[in-house]
This record gives sequence, structure tokens and C-alpha cells, in this order.
Amino acid sequence: MTLKGKDIVNIDDLSLQEIETILDSARRMVDIAKGRKGSNALEGKILASLFFEPSTRTRLSFETAMQRLGGGVITIAGQEGSSLIKGETLADTIRMADGYSDIIVMRHPREGAARMSATFSENPVINGGDGAGQHPTQTLLDLFTMREKFGRIDGLHVTLVGDLRYGRTTHSLSLALARMGASMSFVSPDIIRMPDHIVNDVKELGVEVNMTNDLKAEVPGSDVIYMTRIQKERFAEEEEYLKVAHSFRIEQGILENAKREMIIMHPLPRVDEIDPSVDFTSHARYFEQAFNGVPVRMALLKLVLEGE
Amino acid sequence: MKELKITPIRNGTVIDHIKPGMALKVLKILDISNESGKEVAIAMFTKSDKLGKKDLVKVEDMELRPRDVNKLAILTPNATISIIRDFKVAKKFKVELPDQVEGIARCENLNCITNQREPVLPRLIRISDDPPLYRCYYCGRQQSDVTSNII
Ligand SMILES: Nc1ncnc2c1ncn2[C@@H]1O[C@H](COP(=O)(O)OP(=O)(O)O)[C@@H](O)[C@H]1O
Ligand SMILES: [Zn+2]
Repeated sequence: MTLKGKDIVNIDDLSLQEIETILDSARRMVDIAKGRKGSNALEGKILASLFFEPSTRTRLSFETAMQRLGGGVITIAGQEGSSLIKGETLADTIRMADGYSDIIVMRHPREGAARMSATFSENPVINGGDGAGQHPTQTLLDLFTMREKFGRIDGLHVTLVGDLRYGRTTHSLSLALARMGASMSFVSPDIIRMPDHIVNDVKELGVEVNMTNDLKAEVPGSDVIYMTRIQKERFAEEEEYLKVAHSFRIEQGILENAKREMIIMHPLPRVDEIDPSVDFTSHARYFEQAFNGVPVRMALLKLVLEGE
Repeated sequence: MKELKITPIRNGTVIDHIKPGMALKVLKILDISNESGKEVAIAMFTKSDKLGKKDLVKVEDMELRPRDVNKLAILTPNATISIIRDFKVAKKFKVELPDQVEGIARCENLNCITNQREPVLPRLIRISDDPPLYRCYYCGRQQSDVTSNII
């Protein structure tokens, strides 16, 4: 098995074995990611970082990852990205960037943009988010964070909380968790609950799911609580939003009956859904999770460019 | 007893066993209108042993291209096509659901990259046969009604 030259568009493009390989390699990257060790593994290689839509964590961590491995980066981001969309086709931008680099990472507001780009690019394309579609490297770093803590995914109980309908991260994460043998609870207000097709796919993988709107009741049984942001725009009335935001929120009180080893994750940015006082408990894992984006993306860049 | 009302054609195509009520849509996806200058006969809601009822379309002086056959398959998967040459059935076959179609139907996701000004044809992959379901190769969206997006 080799990942060399492979496009990473959707988490389903990766076999379980390939996911394990990436996560194992990411662990070996941690020291380099923290700057404790140097590396020139990707010296002479260039990453084209094409962000047609704003991003903070994904873009910065990819660019850091490439540079930590001794590679170079060329970037399109911010205003330049959005005006490029108006000026020429994505296909043309990709063909140009493909000629200037060895690998492309991209984010684009349209679903399917990364898959299409992969058909125009000779070099591999990594999807950094396409509209409401896929964001596979987020899923990989989420899995990495859980596996580093517990040493496994199989048998964990993961509780996903918040906007499970529109939040794209929870869709691919729950499918990946199901493939890897974790059971799940989906906790959300009814109007933004997990879409049926995801629930069905998860069940078809032989995994038990519990759908509820009672967060407190799920805390004691959870190994991981994965929080997401609930957006105000999803609600017609401000009052309704406030009520909902309040009951899908983690503060210290609710954690009384939590397992000692339980971790709280969040893809960030957060608004109010995790009280800042929780940051100082042993459960908080979201800043480490954000850092984990670097070693995981280093591993991916190296595996896709070098094959090992 | 059947189709007595319709006169035989010398050369052309007969599309039979069309899902009842779909005949006009068949003309539409095949782009047949007054302007195409072809003579057309239609029978709708006629009795058929196999399907209960069916529609039937005969078009003079036209043979279907492979992409037309694919369109028909998506619209009405039980249709049979007979090519008529010199009043005889020269070839007869049942349409077959293609595993994937390119440039035949638009992706229903308006935010899909294939619905933008990009040099790419929409491509749908079949994920089940009964009912026939398709998924967009690019954005992954499962299509709720391909028949209404045929190009
Ligand atoms: N010369 C012709 N002109 C018009 N229609 C014809 C001609 N020959 C056959 N057809 C029609 O083409 C279809 C296919 O022919 P056939 O194989 O005999 O039909 P069936 O589906 O009943 O087995 C039938 O609907 C038949 O009426
Ligand atoms: Zn699509």
C-alpha cells in the first residue's frame, strides 16, 4: 500500500489501513511539529496552498506542516482568492498552480471543487474543505486526537453535540468513527439533528447510535464529547436560539459525573458552547486538537509526496 | 389489436413500454419538436401485458445515439427500442441502466462545481438499481430525481 500520488478528497477515499498509516506517521511527526527536531524530508518540494474561501487553522497548519519538513509554499488566500474565482475558471487556476508546484491543497466554496481539480491536476490534490462538502484532514486530526489519548478508536463512545445537520465536520467524522468501531450519541436540538442518510449509514456499519437532546444524560457514558458551534442563523427567533444555546453548552457543573479520562473536543472557533473555565480542566483537549492539525498534515504531505 | 391507430413507418425508431404518462417527456429529452421536422406518433396509456399500461412513441427517420438511449434508460428503465428499416424491425433491444452517465443529467445540487462555468460535464454514478439511484461523482450528492434534470 502506498499513498504516493493519491488525491485526498473525501475521507472515504482512504481505507482503514491507510488511515492507520497516516495516524502512525503523524505520531512520529510531533517532535518536528513542535520544533524540537529539524527535518528536510520535503526539501525542494513546493506546496500550492489555494484558499478561495477564508480559513485560519487549515491554511496555517498546512503551510506550517510543509515548512517544518523543509518544503516551500506558494499561496493564494484572502481577497486574491475570491477575485480569482470571478476572473477565471477553477480548472485554469488549477492547471497553472499544478505547473508551479508538487502538490495542491485547496479550499473552495463549491461542493465538488476538489474532486474536479483532481481531474485537472497531474499532481495530487488535498481537499481543505469544499463548500458544505468534505474536509477529510479535519477528520484525520480528530481521529488522531482520540487515538493519542486512548490508544484506540474501537470501543470508544463518542458524543457529538450541537449543529449536527449543517456542521460538515461531524458528518465525515461520524462515518469514520463508525468504520473504526466507535459507538456514538448524537445530541442536538431537533431542527438541526443529524441527517437521516448519515444515521442510516452509521447504523448500516453495525454501530449503535443514540439520538437525544439531553446532553447532561450523555456525559457519564462518554469517552469523548465532541462539541460544535450552533449558529444563530439557523433559528427564526433569537429567544429560541438562546434557549437552545444554553442547553447544548458545557460548563464545569455538567462535568461532575464525567469519566475521569473523558476528553472534550471542538473543531474551533468556539463561541459560547464551552465555558472558558473548562479550559483548565483535564478534560479540555481542543487546543491540542488544533495543534494536532500540524503533525497530521505533515504526515499526509510526506506520505502523498514520498510514499513513506 | 395493438397500435392499430398508428400507421407503419418505413424507417425510424419505435420506443415502446414507456412508463405511462412519460411519452411527452421522452420527446422533450430527445429534443424532438416541430422544428426537428420529424413525423411523430404517440400512444399513451395503452394496455400492455407486462406493465399494465404503457406509452409508445414512433419517430420517423431517426435513429437514437447512445446518449439518447442513456437518457431514455434513466427516464423510463423498462423501455424497448426498435429500429425500423424498410418497414421491418431491424434491431430491437431493451434500454439498460448505465453504471454512470456523463453529460446526460445535471447535478441537482445548485452549489455543485459542475453547475458553474467550468469545463466539466456533470457525471452521475449509479449506486442502486431498484429504485435506480445516482450520486454526483464530484460533490457526492445523492440525486432525488434525475429524470427532472436530464439535459
Ligand atoms: N414498420 C413499423 N412501423 C411502425 N411500428 C412498427 C413497425 N414494425 C414494428 N413496429 C412496432 O415496434 C415495436 C416493436 O416491435 P415488436 O418486436 O413486434 O413488438 P413487441 O414489443 O410487441 O414484441 C412494436 O410496438 C411494433 O408495433
Ligand atoms: Zn454535484
